[in-house]
Amino acid sequence: MPEAWQTTRRRLLGASGGALLVPQVARAQAALEPRAVIITSFSRDVTTPFVQAFERRHPGTKIEVQNRSTTAAVAFIRETRSSPPDMMWASAPDAFEVLKQGNLLAKPQIDTSGIPARIGGGPTNDPEGHYFGFAVSGYGIMYNTRYLRANRLPVPKEWADLKNPVYQNHVGISSPSRSGTTHLTVETILQGEGWAPGWAQLLEIGGNFAQVSDRSFGVPDAVNSGQYGIGIVIDFFGFAAKAAGFPVEFVYPTVTTLVPANIAMIEGAKNPNAARAFIQFLLSPEGQEVLLDPKVMRLPVRPETYAKAPAGFPNPFTDPSLGARVKFDNDVSEKRYELLNSLFDRMITFRLRELTEAWKAVHAAEAALARRDNAEGRRLVAEARQKLTQVPVSEAQAADSAIAGAFQPTRPGRTPGPRQAQLEEEWDRFAVANYAEAKQLAERAQRAR
Amino acid sequence: MSATTIPTAAVTRPWKARLRLEASPVQVIAALLVAAFLLAFLIVPVGRVFAAAFAAPDGGFTLVHFGDFFRTSLFIESFWNSAYVAGMSVVVASLIAVPLAVILARYRFPGAALINTLGVLPLVMPPFVGAVAMQLVFGRNGSVNLLLMDWFDVRLSLMEGLNGVVFVQALHYFPFILMNLTASLSNIDVAMEEAGQNLGAKGFTLLRTIVLPLALPGYLAGASLVFVKVFDDLATPLLLNVTNMLAPQAYLRVTSVGLGDPMGYVISVILVLVSVAAMLLAALLLRGRDYATQQRGGGGLGRRSLSRGGMVLAWCFVIPVLLLVLAPHFGILMLSFATVWSFSPLPDGFTLAHYATVLRETPQFLTNTLIYCGVAGLIDVVIGVTIAWLVLRTRLPGRRLLDLAAMSALAVPGLVLGIGILRTYFDVQMPNGVSLATTGLMLTIVYAVRRLPYALRAATAALQQVHRSLEEAAENLGAGKTTTLLRIVVPLMVGGLAAAFVTSFATAAVELSATLVLAARDVDAPLSYGIYVFMQSPAGRGPGAALGVIAVVTVAICTFIAHRIAEGERRRRSRGHNEA
Repeated sequence: MPEAWQTTRRRLLGASGGALLVPQVARAQAALEPRAVIITSFSRDVTTPFVQAFERRHPGTKIEVQNRSTTAAVAFIRETRSSPPDMMWASAPDAFEVLKQGNLLAKPQIDTSGIPARIGGGPTNDPEGHYFGFAVSGYGIMYNTRYLRANRLPVPKEWADLKNPVYQNHVGISSPSRSGTTHLTVETILQGEGWAPGWAQLLEIGGNFAQVSDRSFGVPDAVNSGQYGIGIVIDFFGFAAKAAGFPVEFVYPTVTTLVPANIAMIEGAKNPNAARAFIQFLLSPEGQEVLLDPKVMRLPVRPETYAKAPAGFPNPFTDPSLGARVKFDNDVSEKRYELLNSLFDRMITFRLRELTEAWKAVHAAEAALARRDNAEGRRLVAEARQKLTQVPVSEAQAADSAIAGAFQPTRPGRTPGPRQAQLEEEWDRFAVANYAEAKQLAERAQRAR
Repeated sequence: MSATTIPTAAVTRPWKARLRLEASPVQVIAALLVAAFLLAFLIVPVGRVFAAAFAAPDGGFTLVHFGDFFRTSLFIESFWNSAYVAGMSVVVASLIAVPLAVILARYRFPGAALINTLGVLPLVMPPFVGAVAMQLVFGRNGSVNLLLMDWFDVRLSLMEGLNGVVFVQALHYFPFILMNLTASLSNIDVAMEEAGQNLGAKGFTLLRTIVLPLALPGYLAGASLVFVKVFDDLATPLLLNVTNMLAPQAYLRVTSVGLGDPMGYVISVILVLVSVAAMLLAALLLRGRDYATQQRGGGGLGRRSLSRGGMVLAWCFVIPVLLLVLAPHFGILMLSFATVWSFSPLPDGFTLAHYATVLRETPQFLTNTLIYCGVAGLIDVVIGVTIAWLVLRTRLPGRRLLDLAAMSALAVPGLVLGIGILRTYFDVQMPNGVSLATTGLMLTIVYAVRRLPYALRAATAALQQVHRSLEEAAENLGAGKTTTLLRIVVPLMVGGLAAAFVTSFATAAVELSATLVLAARDVDAPLSYGIYVFMQSPAGRGPGAALGVIAVVTVAICTFIAHRIAEGERRRRSRGHNEA
């Protein structure tokens, strides 16, 4: 698979050239409006360098930045159809997908030559031309070096390392229903390992969770301040925290995927020319270099920009291991998007205490077995593990429109299946019962001789 | 006690007579104006969003979602968790607030101004910064625990689970009880106490039989606010990552991108219903009793000097309590000066750079906050007094409904109100082409709506203590109802109104959830928005904390001034009384 996209990339690279961009920019500049409004979930640290660079390039145009959380931004754009902001600029591809489904995104003519059509497992831009990837990010593990040293913990490298009982109560994640990027990580693990083994791995890592945060930035925040030592986060949180002086490091596991962070023009934008120029600038070699600013630290989508990157900066174009192992299937992901969020919350987020206590009991039983091995104990532990690594939904069911459809906004003509509330109640009972049984089994195993 | 006979009279009156409007034109106009305000900026916008709770897939009306709520064990469990946390928070908050209020109102205590001012600050917890600071101080690896582990090798789970939520909520919301109770206590006429003493009561008996019963309206006003606020609060459970409570369950559903399920709105409707029920219960407890004191101008309980031992005891209570409740604010202060603060009891180093960044980049946030929240506080005092007056002093039909409608704002999530306002007012254009929904004016109105319940409870408690005979006297001397209200009643309530203004103003200064939906441009944005923007990146933590410190200091100064005004007014009145 990697080879296939590498050739595409080379072909695209050959066809491109900096010169192509110049007339485009010049033409757009002629009719630029004096202002453009951009709505973004990115922090000021990220937006300011881009806005300043753009305003230097196009002195007649001022960019107004409105900062909102992704949710508030989507709600705002939905409610302001009559006079919307000009652009939406955020990480989570799912938010753009939601806007696109609601016919809220325009389809501007943007020159993307020189940018590979696919990076990592997925497409860089929306195939229908509604939104554009301007940077890519991969998910991985961020850790606080002081914390690991003080607690004498080994450095984790792979997702599977996080199953180690030494990390009990030291790991944090945000819920996939709250963070589009965590959602992609969970989906990546499920696609990379397979549905059942993927869930088994997630649930076992879940046994070590200290917290499931309700916002993506909550995780790096907690790792930065040392509330817990290890966080499952998107790469730039790690890089930017390190650049800000925090004692943290970031690693990519082999099962990761690269996800584009996007920009789009909103349907009915009042300043279309300025908006187009800004998007074009973001994708230009000049705009891409801003990504290497220490406060921004995201992976550019232009391969040539990496030549200017600091030493040790990851390069998905030369490092074939990065994001290449998983072929991310968008259709599969799309079908079970809401179901996956809900299932994760039912199995892990809302039942975290029960889950971690059961795993604690299993780990204690295994430690006891290691000292004094016996068949009965091993059988009980195996049974407990089996209970703790199951989900009530099979891969086929997750793709079944009657079940997955219960979690989607109703569309006319859909076959009526069970209601979301009914399924969720079922799953909740499943989780509570299984975790309680597993805990009992493990406690019996501990006493077995 | 003429007031107590009126309800019976109303019941026995013939049906036809009850239909006749028993109100003056001024009362009707006042009620209509308040109703119009609530309808326009609370009920209609929120109703448009809440409609989803009752919508069937085909667009019709259904109650099936409410059935689902009661069939879902997670929601039922969340409901009881929320009730437990809210109830326990009232208990713990009372343990902190009641002794403080008694010390303040009953004794000559040199630290009174300090307690009055610092006692409000816990309410002013800047968003995000407050959360980070709380974790840095009390969290599982916060300063307290790191030091405890170093010295004694123990770790306290202060911020874990439901009891962690109770701990943080009690620290956060006890000022509601403190302020309302203090206002109430200082309105008790010294004559009452003296009467009690003449009858032979002293010490604890006096406190139990005279002082505490008379202070009940203030205490209940504060306690019911704490209960409802904790029941509906999201920030703390989310900060502690406790999701098995009702408000977070609603929030997580309402705000998840792309989720079209109605359950979030169902939970929101249930939150509103429970809040209204709690408020009704508090009103019911006060029913049939009369708390008003006739002789005004007594200037509160006779303040007595503390004995040497009493003074030591008082300081021994006040200092640790203040240290405890202000620890997060010390945390924010340190964070604002810190270079890097990670997994250590104190920051690695100190710098002034964050303040420089804030002053350079964002000068307008502070003035915007002062204007929006100051005006919102004034609106709240005016509307709060009007509603309290209509409810307690007139027989206008539907007056209780006004009270409940205003109180229900407490339970409406800010995000829901924000979306409702956008939906209703975005197409209304201002003369300069900007939408009305995203102007500073609308932010001010939204703050006023969201913080109205605080002002309303304080105003109601204050009015309950003014005896009707004083107004009757004024009316007998020829003053109209409105003149009486403005010249007699409002001046007598001034302490309670100061408390009302301060609570509204202070809590509006840190409102975030509606702000985040409505604030459109940097130049129109308030402090809380600025803090949010900074706190989204690791490098922004220091500047965010610096803005937080600025917010807290501003509120502290305003609180201090409000107390000085109220205290001056009280002193002026009590001097007049003594001379008479």
